[in-house]
Amino acid sequence: MTAYLITSVSVVGAAPTDLLIRDGVVAEVGPGLSAPDATVIDGTGLVALPGLVDLHTHLREPGREDAETVESGSRAAALGGYTAVCAMANTSPVADTAGVVEQVWRLGREAGLADVQPIGAVTVGLAGERLAELGAMADSAARVRIFSDDGHCVADPKLMRRALEYVKAFDGIIAQHAEEPRLTEGAQMHEGEVSTRLGLIGWPAVAEEAIIARDVLLAEHVGSRLHVCHVSTAGSVEVLRHAKARGVRVTAEVTPHHLLLTDEVVSGRSELASPALANNWSPAGAYDPVFKVNPPLRTAADVAALRAALADGVLDVIATDHAPHAVEDKECEWAYARPGMLGLETALSIALDVLGPQWDLIAERMSRAPARIAGLAGHGVDPAPGVPANLTLIDPAARRTIEPAELASRSRNTPYARMTLPGRIVATFLRGEPTVLDGKAVK
Amino acid sequence: MAYPPAARSSPPRQPSVKVILASADVQRVVDRIAHQILEKTQGAAETVLLGIPTRGAPLARRLASRISTFEDVAVPVGVLDITLYRDDLRRHATRAIGPTELPPGGIDGRRVILVDDVLFSGRTVRAALDALNDVGRPASVQLAVLVDRGHRELPIRADYVGKNIPTSLAESVKVTLAETDGTDEVKLYGGTTS
Amino acid sequence: MIRHLLSGADLDADTATEILDTAAEMATVAGREIKKLPALRGRTVVNLFYEDSTRTRISFEAAAKRLSADVINFSAKGSSVTKGESLKDTALTLQAMGADAVVVRHPASGAPHRLANWVDGSVVNAGDGTHEHPTQALLDAYTMRARLGRLAGLSVAVVGDVLHSRVARSNVLLLSTLGAKVTLVGPPTLIPVDIAAALAPGTDVSYDLDSVLPNVDVVMMLRVQRERMNDSYFPSAREYARRYGLDGPRMRRLPEHAIVMHPGPMNRGMEITPEVADSPRSTIVEQVTNGVSVRMAVLYLLLGGNNR
Repeated sequence: MTAYLITSVSVVGAAPTDLLIRDGVVAEVGPGLSAPDATVIDGTGLVALPGLVDLHTHLREPGREDAETVESGSRAAALGGYTAVCAMANTSPVADTAGVVEQVWRLGREAGLADVQPIGAVTVGLAGERLAELGAMADSAARVRIFSDDGHCVADPKLMRRALEYVKAFDGIIAQHAEEPRLTEGAQMHEGEVSTRLGLIGWPAVAEEAIIARDVLLAEHVGSRLHVCHVSTAGSVEVLRHAKARGVRVTAEVTPHHLLLTDEVVSGRSELASPALANNWSPAGAYDPVFKVNPPLRTAADVAALRAALADGVLDVIATDHAPHAVEDKECEWAYARPGMLGLETALSIALDVLGPQWDLIAERMSRAPARIAGLAGHGVDPAPGVPANLTLIDPAARRTIEPAELASRSRNTPYARMTLPGRIVATFLRGEPTVLDGKAVK
Repeated sequence: MAYPPAARSSPPRQPSVKVILASADVQRVVDRIAHQILEKTQGAAETVLLGIPTRGAPLARRLASRISTFEDVAVPVGVLDITLYRDDLRRHATRAIGPTELPPGGIDGRRVILVDDVLFSGRTVRAALDALNDVGRPASVQLAVLVDRGHRELPIRADYVGKNIPTSLAESVKVTLAETDGTDEVKLYGGTTS
Repeated sequence: MIRHLLSGADLDADTATEILDTAAEMATVAGREIKKLPALRGRTVVNLFYEDSTRTRISFEAAAKRLSADVINFSAKGSSVTKGESLKDTALTLQAMGADAVVVRHPASGAPHRLANWVDGSVVNAGDGTHEHPTQALLDAYTMRARLGRLAGLSVAVVGDVLHSRVARSNVLLLSTLGAKVTLVGPPTLIPVDIAAALAPGTDVSYDLDSVLPNVDVVMMLRVQRERMNDSYFPSAREYARRYGLDGPRMRRLPEHAIVMHPGPMNRGMEITPEVADSPRSTIVEQVTNGVSVRMAVLYLLLGGNNR
């Protein structure tokens, strides 16, 4: 195993020091280290963070290998600074049995670019009718702890209650896609001024907020952990704030796109929460399905509330909801396009724009907290002597203009095409082995 | 064989403007055409004047008014917009179309006199003949113009000409009328003078 | 001149007025023995219809043919569309055939915007989903101007299922641009959220038809599908008709000069009674006639010159 000596690097924003990686762990941290056998990486100006952990990734394998595979998705993850990703269950077949989750887990190991932790479906076939064999998935080689019907809401309150209770037996957690389905029939985008102007059926904020409100009450009632996927509205933030104040064991994630893009981009306007990024950037036109996502992009007021909640901790995690889609599923009419956007390779840049160089906060929201929620030992730990060398090196001064064709994902549906984003991942290490060096994937 | 011109040090040439017809001249010319029409059409019987926008329309009205002054006959006047019949539509941004107003009696069986300000390539008149074809069937068609500047590209000639102005292709003729431009005048804009 | 006509918002007051003025000239052609103009000779107009709408298609077809354009009708039925060809591939096919304009009717809002990315020719929105139908709004404005002599200062009530109406959206945009005041009337379930902010700031909303009628110059009734009651937008067709339908007694609350419009096809007995539809106030037949003139004007202004 090659040793790596990273010199003059800022570990989570601290004063520059040296960092020696040997035998899969961080061997030494301190100024003036020397290791003649080690490959030296000049870390001047770079920041080392614990490897990022994504609680919400769609890898599409099995079933839609034309859009993404475990391998291509893991490579995109590594290039984005991730050392672990949680793979959502809405594959084909659905990851609702031990067999499927073990297959995904094994594919991740074979790719060796990031730890792929499968998420199991809550209900058989994501149909929302009866529980999948949650225990069997928990006991499998994949050691599933997060269960989610993501893409669908576990809408039946009785089923949701049972799921929350049942997974307590193996310290599992239900990650809810909060969307009251009766309120979003045919919905195409956020219900508001823009949906009215564009004549698209609205997805009202209350459809998310009502489910979160119900679920935090259920979680409180049965004393279970609840995780809320991709929170998108100001009202949801208020419900979560209230629940956390009451001591409900609820955690919540927000996606990079909900922290930056507003529903106005659907109408072709370059209205972003970040004026700096809106500069010299505009959507390719109205109704571009690259901006179709579920939950939908919300208003500027929602984005502002999400940013505040991310800073103050009501939102625990930035999760990508990386959702690759084949070209034909996006180069079409808005209503016929599949919802979702790429996220792994751009998430850190968006976080840097949203939070600025608050490295400790970025590490918390993108690595430590998600690793804790997912129960991923060895991830989400700051580089220190003896800890597994899962870390990433960031050049915060770099700027890059996103070109979809240059992304490692098999799909091209990034909403940030032609946008110039801050920061660049220089290197990523998974248990001491580089997965990314000089900004390029090692394999 | 001419030598290529030497580099010139003289100041750039100024375009020249020459007044061909002043206001009083224009009136006289219109009067003359009115008389000629009366003469050639046996008192303007069964005759309709159709002006081609923009400046053919007021000219047609003036001719009718002069004719009624001279002989006390009311000649029906109309406007024939030829925009949609032009052969150069695709060479320009879309042109706004103007009104076509036929006199109440129509043009079928009448002698139609098309009226325009300048006769040049003849393409406008060709378009007017096509337009006329779509709105009725006159017994005959004549053409009256204030100015004929030559350079025909089609086999078309005018029956009534106010003034023949020999021009070069580098020159342009500009007619202004009180109704549309505030003053009656015909000017010749030179290519350049040295 | 604009390159595409996708939305009523594409038209400023000058351009909209130019279209209406041009349409007035085009209308004179309809009265001639030879109903044909050579302006678009050699141009190809494709009618790309993903929804059945015979009346709109033949209106565009008549308009294009009166301007001497070649017309290709491409309907979803009996074409490669049913075999699942994507809109983009269809667009590339039309492009290869040299379409100078594509008139598109599509059930998905925004489909014409997408199409405009993929073809070099002009795209005319002939109705997209629940979004817009700008030529309908133009012919409505034309009809109002012809009947009432002006648009600026007119008070127009648009009544019915505004939420699902592309006609309503285009009319709000265009009429506001031309200085008319629009009041949207219907049950709260069928009035979309933030409509004034979304489309035109001066737009009013009322849930009470009877209080609106005495103060309007125009009342435009929208088609309301009976099936909407299955989705709880209103309890029954009978209750809808009672509260928002235009019948004889309601019509008599209108000012003497006011006109009644309907974009068709009508649900007689639902949003409008036969007595109203067939009354002298009704402009429903004129609207159809005016549709051809307005579409001639639009096609001429988009295709008549070199606007690239």
